[in-house]
Amino acid sequence: MELLLFDGFNGLIQGAFYALMALGLSLIISLNSVINFAHGGFMVVGAYLAYTLAPYIGFWGALLAGPILAGFIGIIVERTLVRHMYGRPDPIYSLLLTFGFALIIEDVVRTIWGAQGVPFEIPAALGSPVSTTYFFLTGYRLFVIAAIAVATIALFAFLRLSRFGIRIRAGILDLETVSTLGVNVYLLRSVNFAIGTLLAGFAGVLAAGILQLAPTMGDDVIMATFVAVVVGGIGSLLGSVLGGLLIGLAAGVTTAYYPAASDVVIYIIMAVVLIVRPRGLLGQEGLFE
Amino acid sequence: MSRRIYVNGAVWLLLLTAALWLPLIGGYMALASRVLVYALAAMGLNLLLGFTGCMSFGEAAYFGLGGYGTGLFLTHLTHSTVLAVVAGTIVGGLAAFLFGPLVMRRRGIYFAMITVAIGQIFYFIAERWNSFTGGEDGLAGFSRQPLHLGFATVPLDAVAFYYFVLFFFAIGAGVIALLLHSPLGHTFIAIRENRRRAQFLGIHVERYVWASFAIAGVIAGLAGALNALQNNFISPINLYWVESGNLVIMAVLGGMRSFWGPLVGAIIFVGIQDYVSSYFPNNWETFIGGLFIVAVIFFPNGILGIVRWRMKAA
Repeated sequence: MELLLFDGFNGLIQGAFYALMALGLSLIISLNSVINFAHGGFMVVGAYLAYTLAPYIGFWGALLAGPILAGFIGIIVERTLVRHMYGRPDPIYSLLLTFGFALIIEDVVRTIWGAQGVPFEIPAALGSPVSTTYFFLTGYRLFVIAAIAVATIALFAFLRLSRFGIRIRAGILDLETVSTLGVNVYLLRSVNFAIGTLLAGFAGVLAAGILQLAPTMGDDVIMATFVAVVVGGIGSLLGSVLGGLLIGLAAGVTTAYYPAASDVVIYIIMAVVLIVRPRGLLGQEGLFE
Repeated sequence: MSRRIYVNGAVWLLLLTAALWLPLIGGYMALASRVLVYALAAMGLNLLLGFTGCMSFGEAAYFGLGGYGTGLFLTHLTHSTVLAVVAGTIVGGLAAFLFGPLVMRRRGIYFAMITVAIGQIFYFIAERWNSFTGGEDGLAGFSRQPLHLGFATVPLDAVAFYYFVLFFFAIGAGVIALLLHSPLGHTFIAIRENRRRAQFLGIHVERYVWASFAIAGVIAGLAGALNALQNNFISPINLYWVESGNLVIMAVLGGMRSFWGPLVGAIIFVGIQDYVSSYFPNNWETFIGGLFIVAVIFFPNGILGIVRWRMKAA
């Protein structure tokens, strides 16, 4: 029981983390119609920038600066590379373009920061266990869950309440009409892409406090993120959150019973979802077919 | 028509005489074998990607399974290199045939995702099943055995192995070429061009996608078998989704609408990997990634796509 709680809680953290990644990816897929394979790369970049900046501006400063810089790089990439993909109906080109960009990110990160993993220091106040019975509940893990919850709620509030957020949601439904109504959709897509990469950078900094930083950490995460988006349903933001939590929990619970299968279980879930209900939990039918 | 004969003749002549001219431009035979292995896998993938219009992102599964089939066959059962290649091909093809029904109904990004899912399942099995597959460290301890041709015994050194690979490459490429000129190949292209119309014409689209998927799996298995023999080693990395992505890169870079596109892509990919990594050991990925971005933005039909476009203009 203790073990199940431990692994289940770990799974929940991992799930929250996938959910945050999937949320950003889902935004980009829905509005920009770009299958962003470099999403894991943006996560890694955000994490490493935070790692470099932390000695100067402290953990809290880095927690803000890392994601913002990742968002800034996102805008540059969107304006220079990704925008060429908008006119092409076949999603394969955007997928391949960002795949190439992901290769470059991994390579550059390895060149700058080295192939070896580096540890990321978290404040001592967050590092100690909260209770002695449930030793695994360190303050940092609770903080990660809270931070992801706040970020998710903030994003949904932004999309519901602000004029810009409402335009993004309208654009997801019908970009052409939004454009006809006089909204600058170029700006809309740029900012949306940046929000997506910002969320990826935020996830990266949070993950850095638990895992070690490594240039290849994006490779596994990007696939799990795609799994979360597909399981939740392409085109549904809430679905992405659910999908992320679901696969994280499933991986955690599997670890408790049959550790060897913990990595493979999320792909089995995705295969089953694609066979039984191809549009995912909350997705619309026919998107990106 | 006659132009096609010249092009094909030139390609085969260059491949057959590689042992003569390759050392002159600084290449070596193991590199040429590697190019052929990846070209074959990418040509198989291209049957699905370029000619049937299905975005497979899990072809490495069948490539790797072919390798494991060959490696395990050589380790446990036989010393015949040719039989081991056949075994690997069957393993890769059979897996694709069995999983075909799961993927044939999906389209677009969903097709890519389910092929990735199946590929990753095989990857984690190969990585975790230590006693059988050697786990994370890969499967070693087998080596390609001399060929017994009846009248002579040929040890498979670098040059001989190149011609060994070329022999199977010719079979694979020949099968694909025959297929593309047959009604079956025309059906594949019809599905790529307009899936719905093909369906209206009474074509069982899903059955043909299954066929294309299985044939691509056979070719990938064959290429994977040769890859295992080339390295005398096979590792779970050969099954990982990044390897699938590399095969897609080769097909698109060379030109996925052209028969020889994947070969051109493989030459560039493997060449860059080899050449750049001898100068910048850790940064060849930046070159290939950058080249790939340029290709996707400026010539989405691949390098052969530009050549063909220029020939049309002239």
